[in-house]
Formats: sequence, C-alpha cells, structure tokens
Amino acid sequence: MKKTVLALAAAAALLASPSVGADKVRIGFVTTLTTPAGVIGRDMQDAVNLAIQDIGGKMGGLEVELIVEDDGFKPEVGKQKTDKLVKQDDVHFVAGFIWSHVLLASRKSALDGGKFLISSNAGPSQIAGKLCHENFFSTSWQNDQTPMAMGEVLNQRGVKSLYVMAPNYAAGKNMVAGVERTFKGEILGKDMTKWGKDAQLDFSAELAKAKASGAEAIFVFYPGKAGGAFIRQYQQAGLQDDIALYTVFTVDAIALPNLQKAGMTGVLGSLNTQFWGPDLDTPQNSKFVSGFKKAYGRYPSFYAAQSYDTIFLIKSAVEAVGGNLDDMDGMRAAMKKADFPSVRGAFRYGNNHFPVQNFYLRKVVEDADGVWTTTVIDTVLKDHQDVYAAECKM
Amino acid sequence: MDAGLVAAQLLNGLQLGVLLFLLASGLTLIFGIMDFVNLAHGSLYMVGAYLCAELTDATGSFLLAVALALPATALVGAAVELLVVRRLYRRDHLDHVLATFGLILCFDALVQMIWGPEGMAIRLPAWADGQQHLPGGLVFPTYRLLIIGAGLAVAAGLYVLVVRTKLGMRIRAGASNPAMAGALGIDIGRLFTLVFALGAVMAGLAGMMIAPITEASIGMGNEIIITAFVVVIVGGIGSIRGAFVAALLIGLIDTMGRSFLDMALKLAMSAQAAETSAPALSAMLIYILMAAVLAFRPQGLFPPKTR
Repeated sequence: MKKTVLALAAAAALLASPSVGADKVRIGFVTTLTTPAGVIGRDMQDAVNLAIQDIGGKMGGLEVELIVEDDGFKPEVGKQKTDKLVKQDDVHFVAGFIWSHVLLASRKSALDGGKFLISSNAGPSQIAGKLCHENFFSTSWQNDQTPMAMGEVLNQRGVKSLYVMAPNYAAGKNMVAGVERTFKGEILGKDMTKWGKDAQLDFSAELAKAKASGAEAIFVFYPGKAGGAFIRQYQQAGLQDDIALYTVFTVDAIALPNLQKAGMTGVLGSLNTQFWGPDLDTPQNSKFVSGFKKAYGRYPSFYAAQSYDTIFLIKSAVEAVGGNLDDMDGMRAAMKKADFPSVRGAFRYGNNHFPVQNFYLRKVVEDADGVWTTTVIDTVLKDHQDVYAAECKM
Repeated sequence: MDAGLVAAQLLNGLQLGVLLFLLASGLTLIFGIMDFVNLAHGSLYMVGAYLCAELTDATGSFLLAVALALPATALVGAAVELLVVRRLYRRDHLDHVLATFGLILCFDALVQMIWGPEGMAIRLPAWADGQQHLPGGLVFPTYRLLIIGAGLAVAAGLYVLVVRTKLGMRIRAGASNPAMAGALGIDIGRLFTLVFALGAVMAGLAGMMIAPITEASIGMGNEIIITAFVVVIVGGIGSIRGAFVAALLIGLIDTMGRSFLDMALKLAMSAQAAETSAPALSAMLIYILMAAVLAFRPQGLFPPKTR
C-alpha cells in the first residue's frame, strides 16, 4: 500500500512539473547566490529582473520565464544545474556564468543539448578559440582583453617594473597572460593564490613579497569579495606609497561600498580598465544605471551591466523570428548582428561570437552624492578583438 | 633572499599562527573533553565577526564592539550547546559531523537573511590603521602586530585559567576522565556548557580580529576550520599546549610556503612549472605535515598526559 502511494505521489509530482510548450521564452540563468561571491550573483539577478521589467516581461509577444540557479562557486554544481535547466526545464537560452571554470564545465551540457549558451561574464580563452561554438555568445569580453588594455596603460605611463597577483584558476591565468602580452617592462614577481569556495583572502605573505621585489607597480585581478580584502590589506600595509595599484575586475561597484565604509581612501584615484563604466554616455546605459540605482539604491557593477545586455540580446533574437523559438538559425543570425541597444553602445561580434569593442581607462572617484564610483577617463583600445579568435574555425 | 623579507614573513606566519590557535584551542577542548566533533566551530568565528561589525556600526568604536561582541558570542555558543549539541554527546562521531554540518548551513543561511550576501566591513580606528617601523628597517601593519599581541595574551590567559584556577582543574579533570570527574561531584553538564561557550568566545575573537582585514563574510569560517582541525590533530587532541605549538608551526609553514616555495622550485624546474605548481604544493604542505605526524606519532606532538 505504502509503495503504491509513493508511486502515485511520484507520478503526480512528475505531472505537476511545468508544462513544456512554446508559449513562453524560458531563460535559465546560472550564477552564484551562496558563498561570499553571492553578492555578485545578486547584482546579476537584480539586473536581469530589471531588464525583464523594462521590456514589460515580453519578447516578440511571448512571456518571459526566468529560472535562476545557484552554482555554489563550484564547476561540478554549475554543470548539474545546467543539465537540470536543459533537460528538466527545457529552457531556450542558458545564460549567466560568473566564473570561467564553471562555464568551461557547463558548456557541453548546454551546447550538446541544442541550447543557446550566453555568457554574461566569463570569457575563457578556450571558448574564444578552439572550443568556439555557433550557439555560444558573449555579452562581456574575452578574459585577456581587459588586462591587455591595462598593459598598454602601464606602457603609456612609463611603468618599467611590475608585480602580478591573481587567483589560480582559468580566468586568473588568462588575466596574467593578457597583461604579459602587452606590458613591455619587466615582471619582477608573480603570485597565483588559492581560489574557489575556500579562496585565500589573507595576502600578508604575498604583499610582503611584492614590496620586497622593488617593483614600481602592482597589477591585480581579484573579483568579488577578494578584491575588497586585497585593497584593504594593501592600504593597511602602507603600500600605496611604495607600489602603485593597477587593477582589473577588482575595484568595482561590488567592492567600493565596503571599501568606502572601511575608510580605505587609498583606493581613490586608482586606475582600472573595463569595457564599460556607469558613466559611459550611451542612451541605454543612462536608462540602465538610473533605473538600477532607483530600484536597488546602489551603483550597478559591470556584472549587472552585462546581465542587462544579456536579456536585450535574447530579446533581439526572439523578435527577429517573430517568437518562433524553433527557428534556431534565425535567432542565431539575429544575435550575430548584435542589433540591440547595448549599455556599452554599438559593437559587433567577431567570428567567435565575442564582442569586438572598446576598452576604457577608469579612475576611482567620489560622485556628487559622496558615493565612491568609477569614471571613464580615456579610451585605451578601440574596436579590440581578442587574440584567440584566430584559433576559432567559424 | 633578503633578511627583511624573511623577518616580515616570520611575523606574518606568527600572526596566522595565533589566529589559528584561538580557533584550535576551543576546538581541541571541545574535542578532548566532550569527545565531540564540532564542524560548526567556524560558524561561531563568523558569528563573532558579524556581531562585532554590527556593533562597530552601532557604537562607532571597534574596541567597545569587541568587548560587547565577546559575551554575545558566548551566549550564542551556550545556546548552541544547550539546544543542539547536548543531545549528541552519546551519539557517534558521524552523527556529530552530520548535525554540525547542518548547523553550518543554518548559520550561513541565517547570516544571509540578517545581513545579506555583501559582507560587512569594519573600519579600524586611526591608531590601529597605520604601520609600525620596527628595528632593521622593517615596516609592518600596526593592526597585524596588535593581533599577534592580543593572541599571545589570550594564550597566556588561557594557560593560567587551565593550569592555575579551580575551574581549570575541573576542565582538566573532565578532559582526563569525565566519568570519574562526574562521580567526584563535578557538574559535568554545566562544565560542558561552559567549555563550549569558552570555545565560542575564542573562535568569535578570532573572527573579530580577522574581520577588519578580510571583512566579515558568509562561510568565512568554513575554510579556516579545516586548518584548525589540522592544528588539533598535529598538536594532540585535547592539548592546549599542543594546539599552541602546532598553530604557530602551521602558521609559519603555510606562510613560508606561500613566500618562498616558488623561489625554491625555480632552482629545480622551469619558471613556468614552478609558478603553477608552487601554489598547489604550498597549499598541501600542512596536510603533508599532518600525514607525517599521523604516521609517526599518531597521538599528536603533545598529547594530554592522562587519557
């Protein structure tokens, strides 16, 4: 009797799962909602919700259904969640992905399942090069590009010697490779630190080494929480007088509020490179930044900007085929055109479906309301394409 | 290799060591006296950090916040003991692990509900925020020196408490033979609650001290607790002295590995191979030490005298 009841219950549960029809655009969004990196996931989720609200919850006459999944900062969990989105929810688009190693672990599940895969952040070299795929698109950048721009900035400013620090994972390696590719001076030392759910956050030993190396400047890539922790310790060690700070993806709208609260004034005036900035003057960006600040009471991060773009990219695809979600070829052709209002302004897609776009130099400043943010002060690279595109046979 | 760098790294290692000691001393007491495996000890470290951050905001003074957050963390520890842990002493270690792993998830979720995912920064008072010029031209962050000083002071205080006071005598009696201690009229239940709260206070203090450096964040204790367990095993379960020596040893090994291993490896292999293998190998060093201790001296370096 008990078995029968269980079987019936299981059957009922199966039947009760969401009916799969083409009446809705189903978007799966994989990001990190737990662990300290959950603060990034929240920013992305908030931006996606804002974007869906801004388009009235509809694309090409169809309703949008968003399914957000937490990867727990782990590649294997990201893959499981992607499998679930592809097989159980039968989504049309799998998007999101903060981390390169999570995206690399999950890409096969989405692409083999015949879905579009859209990276709202991660841009590992492999996917830009040999592993490129017709159904993959990026609304961010390839990992190497932003540090390449920073290497140019260092050259322009006459920096001769550099110390490099990054976490030891796929993107960290790309970031280091990027700055090494363009920086013409000497790299006096390098530290790759432990990363993941149990990432190293105390950099006392590494900072002492950096100082002892006698380098003029330090290049750092520490996304999310680790960025704030790094800056804090950099200032507590009094290094701002010895070794100038240049960062990528470290000093952003995620780290700045807590740095301001902790009184880390050493970060004001520090330079970073990025494809976007909250004050970048495009119509879509003004709408996005003011809408985001109004809805959530804080500046959006670049993660949020890319996530906002993700929804508009998908919308351009769905509208191009008049809501016929079976028309994969039509949607792919539409996305290739990058014909949507992007927060970064107009850009085009390269053969590997990564944006060919500008990279800007940004400086940390205090805005009119006394809030710390970044402002774009120069264009470093114009219409820049990543170097791995040449390895992509597409 | 310059002497100034070695000296700076020794201080950094010492600072990590005293922090590990604060965590491991509570862990080893709870493990040694109550035979209880407490994975959630790291959660108390996190709770201490968050309470201190919240109170720093409310009172505007970091020191006052620490003074208030310590008893508050003790209360949380006592509550955990009375409500959850107390029911588990008679169960086996696997049940302890399962239950306290559940506690970790509860604490993480609770902190996310109360304070959100973004973490809490603590602003240091100006006098603690600068650097000190030490003899030999060494410049070291003031706050890290304070951590070393406070940690050593707590270690000394704990030594006096355990070795010189009546309470300490009861704790030692409980550690040696709880059944006998109970038979001699010591209220074992109360003693256990007290020891658990004491462990919580020390873990909380460690969290409060690290928070101005890395900020309070969800799950911050889950990594360091693993290192603290290594300290407990290397030092000998139940031994405060062992925890102290092992904590300093592991703090130094970890820091020195991160500092000099890549340089050492470059002598033997290509720069590229050294750069990628050094972080992995330096993360493994402390586990190699633990494996060696388990192989040659399974009772730990300084096991308690009577078991």
